[in-house]
Amino acid sequence: MSKTTVVGASPVRVDGLAKVMGSAQYVDDLDFGPGLLHAVVVESTQAHAKLKKVDISAAEKAPGVVRVITGKDFPFTFGLYMHDRYIFPQDRVRFVGEQVAAVIAETPEAALRAAKLVKVHYEPLPAVLSLSDALKKDAVLLHPKLDTYERVPWFYPQAGTNIAHWRKTRKGDVEKGFKQADYILEDTYTVPRYAHCPIEPHAVTGLYDLSGRLTLWASSQSPFAQRNVMALALKPLGLSHRDIRIVTPYVGGGFGGKAGVSMEIIAAVAAIAMKGRPVKLHWTREQEFMNTSQRQGVIARVKMGVKKSGEIVALEHTLHWDAGASAEYGANVVNAVGLSATGPYRVPNVKIDSVCVYTNMPPCGAYRGFGYSEFHFGLESHMTRVAQAIGMDPVEFRRINAIREGDTLAYGAPMNAGDLQGAIDQVAKEIRWGKPVKSKKSNTAIGKGLACFWKAPAMPPNASSAAFLKFNEDGSLNLTVSGMEIGQGFLTVMAQIASEVLTVPVEKIRVETPDTDRNPYEWQTVGSHVTWSCGNAVRAAAEEVKAKLLATVGRARKLKVKDLYLADECVKSRTDATFSMPFREFVIDGIMQPKGNFIGGPIQGSGMFMPEFTSALGDPATSQGGHPNVHYTVGCAGVILEVDKETGKTTILKAALAIDAGKAVHPELVKGQIVGGIVQGLATALYEDIRYAPNGRLLNPNFTDYKIPTALDCPQEIVPIILETPQPDGPFGARGVAEHTMIACAPMVADAIADAIGVRLQTMPLTAEKVALALRGIDYDEVKGDNLGFCFRGRPCDYSFSIAGQ
Amino acid sequence: MKPITFQLNGSARSVWVEPNETLLDVLRGKLGIKTPKEGCGRGDCGACTVLLDGKAVRSCLILAVEVEGQSVTTLEGVGQKGPTALQKAFIENNVFQCGFCAPGVILAASALLAENPKPSEAEVREALAGNLCRCTGYEPIVKTVLAVAKKTARQSTSRRVRS
Repeated sequence: MSKTTVVGASPVRVDGLAKVMGSAQYVDDLDFGPGLLHAVVVESTQAHAKLKKVDISAAEKAPGVVRVITGKDFPFTFGLYMHDRYIFPQDRVRFVGEQVAAVIAETPEAALRAAKLVKVHYEPLPAVLSLSDALKKDAVLLHPKLDTYERVPWFYPQAGTNIAHWRKTRKGDVEKGFKQADYILEDTYTVPRYAHCPIEPHAVTGLYDLSGRLTLWASSQSPFAQRNVMALALKPLGLSHRDIRIVTPYVGGGFGGKAGVSMEIIAAVAAIAMKGRPVKLHWTREQEFMNTSQRQGVIARVKMGVKKSGEIVALEHTLHWDAGASAEYGANVVNAVGLSATGPYRVPNVKIDSVCVYTNMPPCGAYRGFGYSEFHFGLESHMTRVAQAIGMDPVEFRRINAIREGDTLAYGAPMNAGDLQGAIDQVAKEIRWGKPVKSKKSNTAIGKGLACFWKAPAMPPNASSAAFLKFNEDGSLNLTVSGMEIGQGFLTVMAQIASEVLTVPVEKIRVETPDTDRNPYEWQTVGSHVTWSCGNAVRAAAEEVKAKLLATVGRARKLKVKDLYLADECVKSRTDATFSMPFREFVIDGIMQPKGNFIGGPIQGSGMFMPEFTSALGDPATSQGGHPNVHYTVGCAGVILEVDKETGKTTILKAALAIDAGKAVHPELVKGQIVGGIVQGLATALYEDIRYAPNGRLLNPNFTDYKIPTALDCPQEIVPIILETPQPDGPFGARGVAEHTMIACAPMVADAIADAIGVRLQTMPLTAEKVALALRGIDYDEVKGDNLGFCFRGRPCDYSFSIAGQ
Repeated sequence: MKPITFQLNGSARSVWVEPNETLLDVLRGKLGIKTPKEGCGRGDCGACTVLLDGKAVRSCLILAVEVEGQSVTTLEGVGQKGPTALQKAFIENNVFQCGFCAPGVILAASALLAENPKPSEAEVREALAGNLCRCTGYEPIVKTVLAVAKKTARQSTSRRVRS
């Protein structure tokens, strides 16, 4: 890679000033004047019921109410990958909290009062609240019309069942592999649902103006995907992409929860119902938990066969996912895991079944880590247990099996570059692996854990990016892209890439959040792929601008373009050291000729990027033959923790994480992702604990009862480590890092707790309560009660794991 | 409806409010003050933090009628003469990510430093424990507040701190 000056530096964020001065606007900060209407939804009280009648007559007459809309008005389905989500339910409700109707009124208070007057008549159906109920023979079906839903060709819903998708990956001969094994371990791990908890709840204002134009101001990671999903869903109303505009100001945290479309479409149809007046829909914190998307729960069965030498010879990984009432996005999480559940290891014989199951629980979707956090908990816990069983050091065991460039992935394509060995070495060194620490206190014990991780962006094979660049009179630049600034620093990194090519300083490049009318296309800001994908588009746009700068000066000054180059915001000449033409002197007005005419004109450029080598068309029975993932980012994390043997409380003394960023475009931002991701990951490991009542109602949809970390809940020390093995097709060698940083947290904590006190927990979260019970010899499953955090009743070890319930 | 008058960011403001309206709703809906954010509506997240007579409070838990005659400061009032030392440091250190919690965090940290110019790390963490941030892991926030306190203490050793 060539030497860079701006890429690899850590300039001040381009959005830093606006955010710290309070001028950064979020959707709820936008004013729409006194004509603004407010929508409030009526929520289902039932997990599964036939919708007999929605009586809106009293609500319609309530003071301040202008309209009440229901499924009769908008009988449409929508979805990102499969159209199995209803704008409003038609014949049945599928989870507690589902929107049955929306009341539109002059004030939020009037809408709220009237929503209570809507009378919904239900005829209860048996609720499918466990995976075993969902998968049993003659199960009650959530989606009897499953086979009629539009979907992408690489989803395989099973008609007549509750299986929304089933990804099968087969490599080698897994039975033969187990026969070669000297040792086989098989066990079950469970991971409950989790909530994203961005501090900004979803908010959207829609306006369907009198000319038939639908504009939505949305808190979203996906303006273009939203436009597309809405255009497809609202096609029966005559709307198309040209009629829909999505404007996305700053987003107050996404973590995957603001990807795709969830509640936004309610505001869209409310606006359509109230043509000419803006309508706002602002989710409460409770709704943010219940009716956007959650992280799926999973029960994973891992069977691993190894040689005495430590070589893994076979892996069978079976995962049943609790997708909730719709799987339009969640099924792609399942798909991603189905392709990658070997973890970052070379395994010759692989059998993965990743099964997406409908339940009468809130819908699930993308969440930072996209399924990888969930499957790494079981897989990495298993890695350590297998190593210990064959008398091998767990870190050495990982080194032996660590994947390398060129290895054949489970689906047949070759592995990309990435220094997993280096990451393991650095983390092991940082936590002084192999050197036990004895607690100085009698009531506590100290343990260490280490886990590897990998992750690829999960995206359609034609997810593309585009960028526009234009100069201003003063030589400053406007860069327009449609990746979202969701806190990760995307805008800054894009400015750095343009700056690197064009020599214009980052502080002279303005990059704003998108508007689908004005900004070029971006599929979505998900999968930690925009630095890589949109970065390539920005670089291409900058190269086009550079070529125009050189050509303009060459033509106007009659110089050979090959002798010209850019430096310090000027075009300079290799053959004439005195020649220097500052950009600001010609990038708009052109260059004056002896006769007084001008050559040149406004200089601008565009760029785009499409990963042309990818394909989702692998064999459905084996996943062989396609190239579904663009690349993986690998890394390793380790922890030293202290467990209080009386209370079971875990204190994190030190965490270290090494990740191969390819090239850290902005190292300080990469470190910010590492620190933030570790704290978020540790919270899922230790105390974020979602609970549902046996009737499917979410019990703790608030920050009092669902604890996310405060400033008092951080590790005493976090060590971020960046490795740089260039990604050949990445901008300046970069690949994504942001989601990855929470993936290893749960298994490393489970390992370290086991190391400290000899208790192996296989059900997340690893709460103080569970640890304390285990230390007293009490099985958590015996005392856990009925209010559970995942769609599972009974004991995980009693669960029948015949694949997909067959 | 009842008229109330209070100092808002240094100027007297009068506004008609319902007896059950929160300070947050009045600031955002009637006075054009948008930096206090609504993250939970029940005092859990701290995104709506404002200073009431210099103390950090949650404006979603205070009724507007309660602030009659008092002084309310929001982030709009903090940076009127350009960024403060704390704001400058937050910008230079690239502290915030999504920025939604930033107004509340900045006000809570400002209130802490006004009351306790040389806080320990534990005191900073305690003072900010009511302001949730889902992005940063708090480390850059805490480090920056401590660094600013240290720097300010050095610069003002000869000056008396107003108590």
